[in-house]
Amino acid sequence: MAYAYLDNSATTMTDPEAVKAMLPYFTESYGNPSSLHSFGTEAREAVEKARAQVARLVGAKPGEIVFTSGGTESDNLALRGAAGAGKPGANRIVTSNVEHPAVLETCKSLEARGARTDYLRIDRDGFVSPVDAARIVSERTAIVSVMLANNEIGTIQPVQEVAVECRARARNALVHTDAVQAAGKIPVDVERLGVDLLSLASHKFHGPKGVGALFVREGVRLSPAMTGGGHEKGLRSGTENVPGIVGMGKAAEIARENLGEDAARMTRLRDRLIDGLLPVEETFLNGSREKRLPNNANLRFLGIEGESLVLLLDGEGVAASTGSACSSKKLQASHVLLALGIPEWQAHGSLRLTLSRFTTDEEVSRAVDATKGAVSRLRAMSPVWKKIKAGEPVIGVKGGGHEHV
Amino acid sequence: MSMYSDKVMEHFRNPKNMGVMDSPDGVGEVGNPVCGDVMAVYIKVKDGRISDIKFQTFGCVAAVATSSMITELAKGKTLEEAAKLDNKSVSTELGGLPPIKEHCSNLAAEALHAAVKDYLAKRAQTGTRPAH
Ligand SMILES: Cc1ncc(COP(=O)(O)O)c(C=O)c1O
Repeated sequence: MAYAYLDNSATTMTDPEAVKAMLPYFTESYGNPSSLHSFGTEAREAVEKARAQVARLVGAKPGEIVFTSGGTESDNLALRGAAGAGKPGANRIVTSNVEHPAVLETCKSLEARGARTDYLRIDRDGFVSPVDAARIVSERTAIVSVMLANNEIGTIQPVQEVAVECRARARNALVHTDAVQAAGKIPVDVERLGVDLLSLASHKFHGPKGVGALFVREGVRLSPAMTGGGHEKGLRSGTENVPGIVGMGKAAEIARENLGEDAARMTRLRDRLIDGLLPVEETFLNGSREKRLPNNANLRFLGIEGESLVLLLDGEGVAASTGSACSSKKLQASHVLLALGIPEWQAHGSLRLTLSRFTTDEEVSRAVDATKGAVSRLRAMSPVWKKIKAGEPVIGVKGGGHEHV
Repeated sequence: MSMYSDKVMEHFRNPKNMGVMDSPDGVGEVGNPVCGDVMAVYIKVKDGRISDIKFQTFGCVAAVATSSMITELAKGKTLEEAAKLDNKSVSTELGGLPPIKEHCSNLAAEALHAAVKDYLAKRAQTGTRPAH
């Protein structure tokens, strides 16, 4: 069965070109880059070539790229590293309330050790305000971390403006952005953004999983994520994941070379998805239509629940994801959708469809048809939909041990 | 592999007794859309037995499958027997549920019990005795 894979914000297919580039580093040039012999120097050259490839993707110098195990580790290194190296008394973090858990949970963990976090709120379209950032930062701020593009709703944040405001008010604060979802979808340039730290994850742009990078601006001091043999400028000790790094480098090169074309193509397909599904009654777009990643469509269909929708779609050959996840007592609507001000009962009916360079028109057509079918099937069995259609209030049912006001 | 048993997926894909019922004798609705699940069970009662049963559910895969299963289990049962059906009966028949989804089987049993209670309350109100 033809399958439409529309969950590319979760992860992407590794580009066969990247796989091809990686293979020799398993069985032929398998040396340790720190070794002096020719096996070692071959591996070292491969790692440094990849470093240059990744640096070019974000407009950095090769020496400013630190390889990590992925987006989560890059975010951790940025936040923990900045908190650990900050001036005494500078123990404050400024971030937004729609960051990835890799940032939010790290902030919480740092809070337990005495840091204090201030959260920038997003507006109804999903944007933080640089003015709010200016109001919050101070000489006591160690790091400001605002993601470049949101993983759920694809909203592109005004990181450049936030960075300008922070520079003016908090000379010692480092500015970090999580660009994990942005790289390969929109132009990313560390100079234009004016950031000190920027996180990347290879598997989100057709590189292999388990490898990522942190851009660390020249002269910026962090405390290390891993201590040991002093690899990666002492920030991340441990023998390099040579095949992974090579694959990430190749994927970065391909992403950079094709960015314009890929973005235009994904934007067209994304708009086909959105325009194909928005006419379904009681259906809304989550997040801004304009400043949105070219590969992200996120809609909510009132009266249905996301997990059911995703599993019905899976049965129809469409891979997608939702904005709600089950926890022990209740479904947990995504913190991002709730931050947008979407009522919880509506957030449960959200569907995220995310595209890649490899997505085809056929996949989009299949997804639109299958989604329409699945939504009407689920609505036919939904007592909530019945109420919506009858104009009755939706909230106020009791029971099920679900206490709610 | 899915987190759900084949039986759960089968009931989710092809739910039994799904839909609304014209003039039911009892209706039970439990849950809260804010929590992501609402179940409604509609019953018709004849000679002290559940002669027809339907459900509607807003919720996850487990919520749909447990509703489908409770209606299958309750169909044809006496009201006393139906009142004894509980979450364990449902999850056992479904070949188990993931731990985080166990509350769905509670909800399904509650919806059925609420429908039976509603029937009994209505009957008490109108003073009509069930036909023998
Ligand atoms: C915005 C964002 N940051 C960080 C991560 C974490 O990346 P990884 O899974 O490679 O650690 C993700 C991936 O889901 C992401 O979307």
